[in-house]
Amino acid sequence: MTAPILEATRIVAGYEPGLPIVRGASIVARAGEITAVLGPNGAGKSTLIKAIAGLVLVSSGAVTLAGADITGTPAHQLVRKGLAFVPQTENVFAGMSVEENLKIAVHILPKAARADRLEKTFALFPDLARQRQLLAGRLSGGQRQMLAAARALVVEPRVLMLDEPSAGLSPKFVASVFAKLVEIRQTGVAIVLVEQNVRAALAIADRAYVLVEGENRHEGTARDLANDPDVAALYFGAHAERAA
Amino acid sequence: MNLQFVADGLAMGAMIGLGAIGLTLTYSILRFANFVHGEFIAWGAYSALVVANSLIALSPKSGTFGPFSFGWPLLIGLCAAMLCGMALAQLVDTFAFKRLRVQSNTIVLVIASFGLSLALRSLLEFFVTSQPAYYSRDIQMAVPLGLGVRVTPDQLLVLALAVGLLVVVHVILTRTHAGRAMRAFSENPLLAEVAGIDGAAVVRMTWALGGALAAASGVMLGITVQIRPAMGFDMLLPLFAAAILGGIGSVPGAVVGGLMIGLAEAGGVQLFGGSYRAAVAFLILIAVLLVRPNGLFGRRP
Repeated sequence: MTAPILEATRIVAGYEPGLPIVRGASIVARAGEITAVLGPNGAGKSTLIKAIAGLVLVSSGAVTLAGADITGTPAHQLVRKGLAFVPQTENVFAGMSVEENLKIAVHILPKAARADRLEKTFALFPDLARQRQLLAGRLSGGQRQMLAAARALVVEPRVLMLDEPSAGLSPKFVASVFAKLVEIRQTGVAIVLVEQNVRAALAIADRAYVLVEGENRHEGTARDLANDPDVAALYFGAHAERAA
Repeated sequence: MNLQFVADGLAMGAMIGLGAIGLTLTYSILRFANFVHGEFIAWGAYSALVVANSLIALSPKSGTFGPFSFGWPLLIGLCAAMLCGMALAQLVDTFAFKRLRVQSNTIVLVIASFGLSLALRSLLEFFVTSQPAYYSRDIQMAVPLGLGVRVTPDQLLVLALAVGLLVVVHVILTRTHAGRAMRAFSENPLLAEVAGIDGAAVVRMTWALGGALAAASGVMLGITVQIRPAMGFDMLLPLFAAAILGGIGSVPGAVVGGLMIGLAEAGGVQLFGGSYRAAVAFLILIAVLLVRPNGLFGRRP
């Protein structure tokens, strides 16, 4: 097992002071692995990764990236340190072309590296490469998720965090988005995946955390959690029973 | 009705369009209607006047360019005005809006901008009095263009200058990272931050661009009409009408909206007389808000 690249320890975070949604949750992500963060609605999964991404105020706890403390660093600086985040909705600039969406992001790299990274990213997403000049707002739901991931990956981050990439997608698109995540994992990036779609997430994840009411409730390898009847019965209801 | 209104309307519309770009950018990026924008126009016009008159006093034989009413002192004055517009916009943001953005809601920002606009206008009037001023008192002969249309050389130059500035703005917004960052931030501030864009830098850039363009439009207004402390305030209604007609946040919309308002006002003056000029912009504003609140090129909220 490789050393952790991202560690979030005992995070307390929320949108209003005194009303924490995340209440002491901790996660660890490793290079070349997919770490799933699961749990019922309102468990604080999304708030947790938004807090790590610098979008929600962390009132206590610590986040480290490759050993360096990044707690409370603004989002626009975190991406320069190698932490990329893909929001759940409105995650592409709809009024800009596919290429412009990537150019905006790749600009944080040194000038000499930009063109090369842009082409390597298009090579990873051939569907997008065919539609460079199309307005992102005209892409299908699945293609938008691909563009959102490509926007995050174009800067070659060490950690890629995605907030429910399967939300609102048909099963066919969910499969293709998740297959792409497996492909991305091979590049060595650490992927943190927040998901409602437990079955699909556990099928591709290496490790997983189950959050309930803002705290860690279960954690372990994805295989163990998928086979854990307590986890299935308690938190995933019918969804997990179908998976079993 | 003759076609004269087209020439007058296009010249006026280009100036309205230039001013409306800043207004629409501020509105879409900072999310409030900024009444101080009119003062950038007036302060810009007066700073060009001060610089141009000082240069003429230093070099009385500076002369004028060909058929135009002004020479290089006013061109330098125009550059100075744009810098002054940028600086004034930054000052206003640093000392007022920056804090209010953090502490207050939109309505406080709007009311503060109204108060600040009043204060800046009164301050200007204190220094320069409310008497109108002119860059040049020479009388310009309008030249016939055919079809009964007559224009002054100054009007043509102002139109050309406005088109030039619009091209520059278009290039900035579509070809440079700063421009893309502004468009990105205006569309989705949270995603822009996540993509590595520094929101504070975008806000500074927005004020700079908006202030400079407003000041330029003030100088053009001064060349073709006259300079008064209230000139910017009087422009606010057509500016807002143009920005809303074009669709808030849309730069091409602001330009097209500006030209349409300019043409409609000039047409209205020809049909109903000069007293109804402001009413035309008002009527268009109300009609657009009722029929198409997102404007011609606006996004659905």
